Amino acid sequence: MIPLQAVAIVLAAVGATAVVLSRDVVRQAILLSFYSLALTALFVVLQAPDVALSELVVGTIAYPLVLVPAIARIKSRRGRS
Amino acid sequence: MRDRPRTILFGISAVGLVLLLGWGTAGLPSFGHYAGPYGDLIAQLSKPQRHVANAVTATVFDYRGFDTLGEELIMVAAAAATAMLLRDVRESSTHGPVDAVRSEAVTMIGALAAIATFVLALQVIAHGFLTPGGGFQGGVVLSAAVALVFATMEYGAFHRVTREGIVEPLEGGGAFAFAGFGLLSLALGLAFLQNFLPHGTFGRLTSGGSLSLVNWSSGIAVAGACVVLYGEYLQEAMTARHPRRGSR
Amino acid sequence: MSYLPYALAIWIFVVALYGIVTSRNLVHIAVCVSVAQSATYVLLLAVGFRNRATAPIFSDIPTHSRVVDPVVQALTLTDVVVSVAVGALLLAFAVKSFERTGSLDPTMIAELHG
Repeated sequence: MIPLQAVAIVLAAVGATAVVLSRDVVRQAILLSFYSLALTALFVVLQAPDVALSELVVGTIAYPLVLVPAIARIKSRRGRS
Repeated sequence: MRDRPRTILFGISAVGLVLLLGWGTAGLPSFGHYAGPYGDLIAQLSKPQRHVANAVTATVFDYRGFDTLGEELIMVAAAAATAMLLRDVRESSTHGPVDAVRSEAVTMIGALAAIATFVLALQVIAHGFLTPGGGFQGGVVLSAAVALVFATMEYGAFHRVTREGIVEPLEGGGAFAFAGFGLLSLALGLAFLQNFLPHGTFGRLTSGGSLSLVNWSSGIAVAGACVVLYGEYLQEAMTARHPRRGSR
Repeated sequence: MSYLPYALAIWIFVVALYGIVTSRNLVHIAVCVSVAQSATYVLLLAVGFRNRATAPIFSDIPTHSRVVDPVVQALTLTDVVVSVAVGALLLAFAVKSFERTGSLDPTMIAELHG
């Protein structure tokens, strides 16, 4: 195993742990983007460009556009009630 | 169940799960020594048989097209269920701009960027079997072009572009076209989802036969499903911010 | 060392399960489910990897060159995009549950007691 793969694996492990251990959902949304980026790097190093491309677009575009409005909806409701 | 006993119980079962998974993965060939014949067979056959350069796209849409049809239907079903959950009865007309971006420079750059992203998305979908890409990735990029309209203009513009009458037929129509091409193969006397067009010359956009038709229909279906999801969640956030615009 | 990617997949899965079990927020649970799904992507791609091999795209390399497995990549890439729709459905459940009961805490919602 080349060192680049070992570094990518360690980054992904750190990212996953950080996402799970963060209790505030806004912080978790930001850490999830970092974790998606670490996973994309891991997929590129594992010689899978198609999977890296789909993880990149999903982690950058699709998932934040669904998660952040949901958090905004909940926070504005909670602020009013 | 209270917190402490639950965490302790999870700790015990996690140890058991880790042991079980470790024993399972220890039986796999060690990392880097992939030995299976199926992957090598498809990698060697995708160029001479289907004239397609990207073996992954050939697997997704041709060799294992049936699995992709199942995934496509999962996506359509999940988008329909989300829309059903989040769609209250709302006023359909908006009075004036909602959540508008005030800077005209941002709006102009956003319009140019949306057009450029749209063309990029079409390129990613079309070249799916020559380079990394394909219907799924390009479909999400296509939905990003539509989402840029919301991010750099105002919500009313996004709502006009993604009216339910336009987007939902695209989403359902894409999935229907996927299954429809499979049934067309059946009608022509071949197996379900078998390639029925000539395979063309290698390296050009017309290679792969009916693979490109299935590619495009899945790209449109994925883009439609993603835009439906964004529309539902953004409408939730917008009615939360401007409660007079929506009804509860 | 040669089983490190499999260990990563197991670690991500168990950590995400810990997040689901000890969570006090429904949105946090939905994100942890998505993290648990990503553990399966890592496992699939690690199974298909081959040392000193390249990506299975034959535009410029001969057909008999050493490539990684394209079948597991095909399984993973559709899964990544579909997981967005499933995650959106989970978040819709969380939002609707918050509207009905006023709380995001799974232990405070009477119907979820289990």
